[in-house]
Amino acid sequence: MIAPHGGAVDPTRWLHLDWILLVIVAWLLIGVAGVFALRRLTLVARVLFPAGGAFGLLLFGVALNSVWSSPAVAVLPIGLPSLPFHFRLDSLSAFFLLIIGGVSAGVSAFAAGYFRKGEGTPPGLLALEYHVFLASMALVVLADDAYAFMVMWETMALSSFFLVTANHRIVEIQRAGYLYLLVAHIGAIGILLCFGVLQANTGDYTFANMRAQALSPFWASVAFLLALFGFGAKAGIVPLHVWLPEAHPAAPSPVSALMSGVMLKTAIYGVLRVFFDLLHTPLWWWGLLLLAIGLATALFGVVFAAVQVDMKRLLAYSSIENIGLLFAGIGLTVLFSAYGMQPMAALALTAVLYHVASHAFFKSLLFVGTGAVLHATGERNLGKLGGLIRSMPWVAWVTLVGVLASAGLPPLGGFVSEWLLLQSFLFAPGLPSSVLDMLIPVVAALIALVGALAGYTMVKFFGVIFLGQPREEKLVQARDAGGWERLGMAWLVGGCLALGLFPVQFIALIDPVTTALVGAGLGETVDDSGWLLVPVAIERSSYGPAIFLLGVAASFALAFLLVRVLYHGRLRRAAPWDCGYPWQNARMQDTAEGFGQPIRQIFEPFFRMERELPTPFDAEPRYRVSVGDHFWRWLYLPLARAIERLASLIGLLQQGRISVYLLYSFVTLIAVLVVVKQ
Amino acid sequence: MTWLGVFSQLLEIVMALLLAPLLGGWINQCRAWLQNKSAPGLLQPYRMLHKLFNKESVLAEHASPLFRGAPYIVFGCMALACAIIPTLSTDLPLSPAADAIALVGLFAFARVFVSLAAMDVGTSFGTLGARREMLIGFLAEPALLMVLFSASLISKSTSLTTIVETLAHRELTIYPSLAFAGVAFTMVSLAENARVPVDNPTTHLELTMIHEALILEYSGRHLALLEWAAHLKLFAYSCIGLALFFPWGIAEAQAPVTLLLAIPALLLKLAIGGGLLAVLETLSAKMRIFRVPEFLATAFLLAVIGMLVHILVRA
Repeated sequence: MIAPHGGAVDPTRWLHLDWILLVIVAWLLIGVAGVFALRRLTLVARVLFPAGGAFGLLLFGVALNSVWSSPAVAVLPIGLPSLPFHFRLDSLSAFFLLIIGGVSAGVSAFAAGYFRKGEGTPPGLLALEYHVFLASMALVVLADDAYAFMVMWETMALSSFFLVTANHRIVEIQRAGYLYLLVAHIGAIGILLCFGVLQANTGDYTFANMRAQALSPFWASVAFLLALFGFGAKAGIVPLHVWLPEAHPAAPSPVSALMSGVMLKTAIYGVLRVFFDLLHTPLWWWGLLLLAIGLATALFGVVFAAVQVDMKRLLAYSSIENIGLLFAGIGLTVLFSAYGMQPMAALALTAVLYHVASHAFFKSLLFVGTGAVLHATGERNLGKLGGLIRSMPWVAWVTLVGVLASAGLPPLGGFVSEWLLLQSFLFAPGLPSSVLDMLIPVVAALIALVGALAGYTMVKFFGVIFLGQPREEKLVQARDAGGWERLGMAWLVGGCLALGLFPVQFIALIDPVTTALVGAGLGETVDDSGWLLVPVAIERSSYGPAIFLLGVAASFALAFLLVRVLYHGRLRRAAPWDCGYPWQNARMQDTAEGFGQPIRQIFEPFFRMERELPTPFDAEPRYRVSVGDHFWRWLYLPLARAIERLASLIGLLQQGRISVYLLYSFVTLIAVLVVVKQ
Repeated sequence: MTWLGVFSQLLEIVMALLLAPLLGGWINQCRAWLQNKSAPGLLQPYRMLHKLFNKESVLAEHASPLFRGAPYIVFGCMALACAIIPTLSTDLPLSPAADAIALVGLFAFARVFVSLAAMDVGTSFGTLGARREMLIGFLAEPALLMVLFSASLISKSTSLTTIVETLAHRELTIYPSLAFAGVAFTMVSLAENARVPVDNPTTHLELTMIHEALILEYSGRHLALLEWAAHLKLFAYSCIGLALFFPWGIAEAQAPVTLLLAIPALLLKLAIGGGLLAVLETLSAKMRIFRVPEFLATAFLLAVIGMLVHILVRA
C-alpha cells in the first residue's frame, strides 16, 4: 500500500490509484537515476527512456481499467504541515491519464533513439526533466485540492521550461523559453485566483469543499473568467497563443510532441474540471463566450498554419487551431447543459474528449516525425526540404497517417471528432433562444471551413517535406529513422488508426466521463451493431469507418485486379513530362511560401505582412516576405511598453541613498501610527 | 438488410461505373451542338478509356509508390461515393456506413490524394495544380457541407437515405432554404468538377489548368482510372443534386417494383441535367483563378443563408 484510503479496503490488494502512484514514483526514480548518469548517453537512451516508456504503457493499461470504476481518493501526508496532498481518481482523471500514458509510451520510445550527443543540457539531466514533466502532468490530473494542483501545475511549467531550453546557448531558444515561462506564470495567477473564488471564504481548498459551495452567479462568472484566462494561457487560445509558435520549434521534438499532445490537454482537463465539476451550474453566456473564443482561435490558428515555412511552427499553429475547436466544443457543451439539454451536451462533450484523444496521438506523431526529419537533414525550414519519401520512406508513410488524421479525413480519428462535433451542431436547433439558434449554422459553417483549411495546411506540410524533388543536395543521403524511433512512431500510428476505426469501442470509454460531468452519456444507442457509430438514432445519422475503409480498399483491389486481368501491368520509367519543358530543376517546384500564397491573399487582413519585391532591373532579384501577428503589434508590444513605463515610475523610488530610504521608513512609521491610533 | 437491398446496391454501383462516362459523352455532345461544332460520338469517353487502358504506363523516374497508388485510391473513393448516394433506391446496405458529412470527407480524401500525387513528381505544373486544387477544395468543401446541412435541417437527419425519403414525400412546395442551397450547389459542383467558369475541361493551356495540371504526369492505365474517376465524380455530384432537389422517382424499400421505374427516371433526369450543364458552360467564360475564391465564397454564403432562412421561416 502506498496510500492510505478512506473506507475499509483490503490492505493487501492494490487499487488503481496505487498502481498509478507507483508509475509516478517510478518516473521520479528514473529521473533521479538520470542525475547519476549525467553524461552517459547510452545508459540514458537505452535504459532510462525505454523504462519510462514501459511505465507509460503501464499507466495506459491501469487508466484503461479505471475509467469505469468509482472515484478513489488518497491523502498523502507530504507538503506543508496540516496541508496534505489530496488525490482523487475519477473517470475524468482516468481518461486524461489514459492519454498521458498512451502518448508518453510512444514518445519515450522515440526519445530513446532521438537524443544524441551534443550541445546544451546533458542527457542525464534531460531524463530528469522529462520524467519529472511526465510525473507532474499525471499528478495535475490526480490532484484533488488547490494546493496540490498548483504545486504540480508549477512543476509541470518549470520542468517543461527547462526542456524547451535544452539548447540554451541559442539566443532565440532563450527568448522562446522566457516567453513561455512568462505566459505560463501569468496564467497560473489566473488559476490561483480562480481557486480563491471557488473556496468561497471557507478557507478550505480541497476540491470536495469547492464542489459543495453554491456560488452566486456573479462569483461563479468571476471564477469562470479567471479559469478561462488561466487555463487558456496554457492551452493557447487567442490572444494568449503567442508562446506556442515560439516554444514548440525551440524544444527538442519529443518534448514538443509531449507539450502539444499532452500538456495542452491538461489545460483542457482543468477547464472541464472547473466548469463542469467544481462550478456545476453553467450559465448560457459562458458557452457563447467559449464558442466565440474557440472559433476565433481555430480560424486564426489554421490560417496562420497555412502560411508557415518552418515545419514545427506550422504544427504549433495547427495545435492552436485544434485547441480552438476543443474550446468551441466545450462552449457548445456549456450552452446545452445550461439549457438542461443533457443528451446534446453529452454528444458535444463526447466530441471534445474524442478530439482530445485523437489530437494527442496525431499531433505527437507529427511532431516526432518532424524530429526524425530534423535529425536526418538538420533542416526545419520547409524551403530546404523535399523528396524525403524516397530516402526516408518509413517516416514518410507513418507521417502520412498523422497528416490524414490531422486533416480530419475519414477513416481516421480526426474525422470522428469533427463528425461528432458537426452532429451536435446540427441537432442544436431546438435551443430555447432563437438568436442562439441562428448562430448555430454560422458556427457550423466556420467549423467546416476550419476543417477544410486544415486539409490545405496538411497537404502543404506533407507535400513540401516528403514529396517532389529534394531542394538541397544533401537530402538524398538522409537516413531513415532508427529502431527505437520506429517503435515509438509505430505505437502512435497504432493509436491514430485505432481511434479512427473503432470509435464505438472508444466512446464506451468516454461515456463514464460524460455521465459524471453532464449527467448523460451516449450509452447504448451508439452501438448499433458494433460497427456503426450512431449518436442518436440510425435514421438521423450513422458512420461506420471500418465499412468505409473496407469499401475503399475493396474498390482499390478490384480496380487493380481487373486492370491487370483485362488489360496489362506494363510500366516504363522515363524523365518527368511536365509539358515537355526541358529545363526543370528542384527550385521550380512550389515552395512553402508559394503554397501559402493563396491563403495570404485571401486572408490578407489576418496578417501583418512585410514584403520586398524585386524590380525587373535588379541584377540579383531578391524576394522577401515576412508574415507577422497583429497581436504582437497591437497588444503585446503596447502592454510591454506600459509595464516598462510603470516599472520606471516605481524605479523613481529607488534613489540609492540611505537617507532617502530612512525617510521612507520614517514616513511609513508615522502613517502606521496614525492608522493604529484611530 | 434484404436481398433486394443488396441487389439494388450492386445495381447502383454497376450502373454508376457504366453510365458515368456516358454522362460525360452526353455533355460534350450537347456542348458541341450548342457551339455549332460537329460532336464526337456519344461513346467517345469509352473509346478513350479503352485506348488508355491498352497503353503502357510511363512513370517519372523518381515517382514514389504514392504516385502509383493514388489513381486507385481516387477511383475507389469515387466508386464508394456513387454507392452511398441514393440514386435508384433508398434501401442501400452500404448507406449507413457514411452519411452526408462522411460523403464530403470521402471527396476530400480523394482530393488530398490526387493533390499529393501531383506534388510527388515535383514538376512546376504539378505543384501548381495541387495548390489550386486545394484552394478550390477548401472553399468548395464547406460550401457543399452547408448545402447538405440545409437539407439535413429539413429532414432532421444527415443520413442521405433519410434525407431523400423525407424530401420525396413532401408536398410540392418550394422550400426557400433549398432554393438558396440549390444555387450554391450548382456553383460548387461547377468548381468541384473542373467545369467552366472555374476550370476548362478541354483546355490545352498549361497556365490556366487546374484538374489537367494535376494529372499531367499520368499516362496509360493510371490516367484512365483518373479520367474514369472524374466521370464518376460528375455522376456522383449530379446524383446528389437530383437526390436533394428532384428526389421523385427514387425507389424505396417498401416498393420493389419502382426500382424498375427508377432507372428510366434517373436517365431522363441526368439527360436534362447534362443538357443544362452544357448550356451553362456555353454561356459563361472561364474566370481568373483569383476570382474563383470570390465565386466559391458566394456559394458558401448562399448555403449558409439557406440554413439561416430555414431557421427563420420555421421560427
